[in-house]
Amino acid sequence: MTKRRLIVALGILGLAAALGIAALAVRYGGGENEAALQPVDIGGPFTMTDQNGETVTEQDLLGHPSLVFFGYTFCPDVCPSTLAEIAGWLDTLGEEGKDLAVYFVTVDPARDTAEALGQYAGYFSPRIVALRGNANQTAEIAASYKAYYKRIEMDDGTGDYLMDHTAAVYLMKSDGTFFDAITFTATPEEAVAKLRRLIAAS
Amino acid sequence: MRFLRPLALVLVLMATGGVASAHEFEIGDLELDHPWIAEPPPGAPTAAGYLEITNESDAADRLIAVRCVFARKAEIHEVTIDAAGTMQMRPLPDGIEIPAGGTVTLARGGYHLMFMHVAERPVAGDMIPVTLIFEHAGEIDVMFSVQKPGMQDDDHMDMDMDMDGTMEMESGQ
Ligand SMILES: [Cu+2]
Repeated sequence: MTKRRLIVALGILGLAAALGIAALAVRYGGGENEAALQPVDIGGPFTMTDQNGETVTEQDLLGHPSLVFFGYTFCPDVCPSTLAEIAGWLDTLGEEGKDLAVYFVTVDPARDTAEALGQYAGYFSPRIVALRGNANQTAEIAASYKAYYKRIEMDDGTGDYLMDHTAAVYLMKSDGTFFDAITFTATPEEAVAKLRRLIAAS
Repeated sequence: MRFLRPLALVLVLMATGGVASAHEFEIGDLELDHPWIAEPPPGAPTAAGYLEITNESDAADRLIAVRCVFARKAEIHEVTIDAAGTMQMRPLPDGIEIPAGGTVTLARGGYHLMFMHVAERPVAGDMIPVTLIFEHAGEIDVMFSVQKPGMQDDDHMDMDMDMDGTMEMESGQ
């Protein structure tokens, strides 16, 4: 049994792969018209600030394929692993992936300063744009992407807390619409194949 | 204080006449394999530790706590990702059972040792002492090697250290 299989078995991980995003749209879309929610509903307006202090909105995602990933710097496991993998995908794609933009969105703006966020993302790749907003702006971008996040207090009197959050990487086409998602269990080969399809579709 | 560098570790090993060549530790019937910490990005307040624990006895044991000096708080955590793609990370107050004759792997996307409020950023190549506390086997001091987080676990190189201080990299399967 390879370690990767073991990880899969251990983690009770999101086997639904891309389908998980559809499920996610249904689950977090809320409301009575859940059945009408489709992956096409993913993506939409937001106003955030990047690590250089520039404003980034949904308009900046137009004209090139994009990856969008939600996380926070207090996370030592899934977030850094995913960002490291994204950097690996970019390396593998090389010239082919030169138009891909990557956005890392913090779900924890209370602790993630713009500086810490920029350092964190930049460690993996200078191409990762780290996005931060205030509480309302964070709620807006999460709603646009049907991304879930929730603060979980650690009841040990330290004031520390954890964040539950959507861990899939969103693949967005150059017209700003949702294409597919890459989940944590995807192999690098699967991920790069999906990115090639995204680039071809953009 | 800097963390112990590999050379210092070798000296420690020589002084105690302990662990021979492989980067593994033993306490009673427990074998602890490939303890490593993923190098955290600059500015990250946390770090995660991983290893493989094999229980060769015919009685279950339990990893119940972790202690270290490089971070103010250390806990045993579990990450799960549900079918909707939501990641949850939670402390395991009762720790992790190591079944009789079984192996438990702490790895990305599953169990990890969670180090919080890291005083000094661990850097690839550092060796960091961590104490693992088992319900039956008791306490054991383990040296964790800090490695870049760039690869999935099954792509990782296992680092073995010889008594003369040379490191051997072998492809982990
Ligand atoms: Cu943790």
